Amino acid sequence: MIWEALFLQLGYNATLVTIGAALLGMAAGATGVFLFLGKRALVSDAISHATLPGVGLAFIVMVLLGGDGRSLPGLLFGSALSAGLGLLCVSWLTRATRLSEDAAIGAVLSVFFGFGIVLLTVIQSMTAGRQAGLETFLLGSTAGMLWDDAVIIALGGAAVLALVVLLRRPMAAVAFDPEYIAASGGDVRRIELAMMGLAMAITVVGLKVVGLILIVALLIIPAVAARFWSERVGRVVVIAGALGGASGWIGAGLSATAPNLPTGPIIVLVAFALFLVSLLLAPGRGVLAAALRHRRFQRRVHLRQGLLALAQGQPIYEGLTLRLMRAAGHLRADGVATETGRAQAARALLDERRWHLLRSNPRHEAAAARYDGLTPLERVLTPDQIEELDRELRPEGIT
Amino acid sequence: MALRLAREGGHPKPKADQSHSPLAIRGLTVSYGEKPAIFSVDMTVEPGAMTAIIGPNGAGKSTLLKAALGVVKPLSGTVTCWGAPLAKMRARIAYMPQRASVDWDFPTRVIDVVLMGMQRELGLLGRVRTSHLERAMSCLSRVGMEGFADRQIGQLSGGQQQRVFLARALAQEADLYLLDEPFAGVDAATEKAIIAVLKDLKAKGKTVVAVHHDLSTVRDYFDRVFLINTHKVAEGPVATTFTEDTLQSAYGGRLANLPKGAVG
Repeated sequence: MIWEALFLQLGYNATLVTIGAALLGMAAGATGVFLFLGKRALVSDAISHATLPGVGLAFIVMVLLGGDGRSLPGLLFGSALSAGLGLLCVSWLTRATRLSEDAAIGAVLSVFFGFGIVLLTVIQSMTAGRQAGLETFLLGSTAGMLWDDAVIIALGGAAVLALVVLLRRPMAAVAFDPEYIAASGGDVRRIELAMMGLAMAITVVGLKVVGLILIVALLIIPAVAARFWSERVGRVVVIAGALGGASGWIGAGLSATAPNLPTGPIIVLVAFALFLVSLLLAPGRGVLAAALRHRRFQRRVHLRQGLLALAQGQPIYEGLTLRLMRAAGHLRADGVATETGRAQAARALLDERRWHLLRSNPRHEAAAARYDGLTPLERVLTPDQIEELDRELRPEGIT
Repeated sequence: MALRLAREGGHPKPKADQSHSPLAIRGLTVSYGEKPAIFSVDMTVEPGAMTAIIGPNGAGKSTLLKAALGVVKPLSGTVTCWGAPLAKMRARIAYMPQRASVDWDFPTRVIDVVLMGMQRELGLLGRVRTSHLERAMSCLSRVGMEGFADRQIGQLSGGQQQRVFLARALAQEADLYLLDEPFAGVDAATEKAIIAVLKDLKAKGKTVVAVHHDLSTVRDYFDRVFLINTHKVAEGPVATTFTEDTLQSAYGGRLANLPKGAVG
C-alpha cells in the first residue's frame, strides 16, 4: 500500500495530490531559504495563523451569497486577504512602535488565530456549516480532495517556484546585506515584500494539504536542513527545494494509505527525518563530520606536543599522547624514543624555533598570521625564505 | 514631535558652490527616536580628494554616510551629487559598510560578494557572464584576495573580509567612494593594502570619503578632514583644519589619548 502510494498507483486523485504536495514542498523549501537566511523565519508563522479568519469569513460570505461555502478558490482568496492584513499588521507594528518583530508576531498570530477559531465555532452552528469541514485547514487533509483543488495546489506551487528562481539574486543579496543594497539604490522594502508575498502564497496554497499550523515547518525545516549541505546560496535553494519536494511527496503518499490520517503532520515528520539525516551526516557542517574533524585536530595537537616534549627531554604524562606517539612509531612500547621519533622531534623543535623567530619579527607579519602551532613552516614560506630565516637562527645556536 | 525638529533644522543656509561637488549635504538632520544623531549638518566634498570623517564614538559619523546614501531616512536636509539629486547619480557612488553589519556565516563565496557590486548592471534577469567574473577577479586582485575567490566568506580573517567588501565597492566602478571605517580592526597588511587601493583611486581622479578612527594616520592618509560631533565642527584641508583646536572642540575632554605628534 505504501509503495503503491509512493509510486502513484493509488488512483488518479491520490496521484495528483501527491504530485501537488511535492510541488508545494519544493516551492516552500526554496522560498524558506530566503526567510531563514534573512532571519525572518517566524514571520511566516504569523502569516499562516492569520489565514484562519479569512477562511471563516470567506465561507460565511459564500454561503450568504447562496453559493457553495467549500469552494477552494473562494476560501483561498479569503485566506490570502486576511494573511496579507496580518503581514501588514506585523510590519506596521515593527516600524511604527517600539515593539520588536517577535513581539509583533506573537500579538498578530494569537489574535488572528483566536478570531479565526471563533468564526469556525460560529460556522459549526450555522445550518449550512455542518458539513463544512473547515477544521481540516488546521492540520491539512488530502482525503476527499477534488481534482480542481489539486490542480490549484500544483499550479500555485509551480508559480511560486518560478518566481523564486527569478528573484533569487536580489532576495539573497537583501538577506545578506540589506544596508548595502539600500545604499546602492535597491528597493529593499519591495524585495522583502516580494519575499513575504511568496511565503504568503505558499501558506495559502498549502492550507489544504499541510494546514496552517504546520506550514511554517515546510518553509523552514528544508531550508535549515539544506544549509548543512552547502556553503552557496544557489545550491542551498536547490537542495532545500529537493528536500521539501521529497517531504511533500512521501508525506502525502503515506497519508493517503489510510483514511483520516492528517497530511500536514506526516509531511512535517518526513521533513524532520530528512533534517535529522542532514544534521548528522552532512559533510562539512554535519555533527558527525565536525566531531571527526575535532578528534583529528586533537590528535595532531597531542602528537606535536609529544614530539616537542621528546625533543626537549621532558617527560610525557598524558595517556593519549603516549598512545599516539607509540602508534606513530615515535616511541617503543617501553616508552623509549625510536630513531624516527628522535628525528621527527628534532624537526618539530626546529620548526617551532623558526616560527618563534618569524612571529617576533614584524617584517614577517603576513606569514606569521598563519601560525596555528601545527602547520609546518615549509607550507607557508619558500625554501629560500626559510634559509634566510635560518641565518638569523644560527648565531643563537640551535643545536 | 519629529516634524517640529525637522523645521528647526531646516533653516536656510548660505549656499556655497556645490554643482561640482560629488557630494553636497545641506541641513541634514537624522534622529533615532527623539535624540538627533546628526543635527543640521552641512558638508561639501572636494572632488578628487580623500576626506576623513572624524569624531568621537556616537558622533554620528556612520549615520552621516548612511543618510547621505538614503539608507537612513533624514528628518530634514538635502543631498546632491554633482549638482543632481542622489537618485540620478546612484551608479556613480560606491559604498562600503562596516564589516560587523552582516552575518559572515552566510552561505556565499568571496566572488559572489564581489559580484553583488554589479547588481545594478546585472538587473533582475541578467546572467553573470565571463566578463563580469573577470572584472570581479581583477577587483579581488587589486585588494590582494584573488587566491580566495572560491572560499566561503566565513573562513576569512577580519582583515580579509574588509578587503572583500572593498573589492565589492570597486566592482561598482564608481566615481565617489563612501567607506565606513575601512581600517577598523584590521591587521597591518590589510591596512597597507587598503590604503594603496584608495590612493590609487585618488590618482585616477576618484573621490574618497572614509569614516576614520585612528587620528595618528590622518596626516599620512588623507587630504581633507571633516570633524563632527552631532553638529559639524570643522571641514577643510588637513594642514589647516586638523588642529589641536578643532580636535578639542570635536572630542571635548575625551581626547586624553591623542598620540603625540599626530597634530602639529
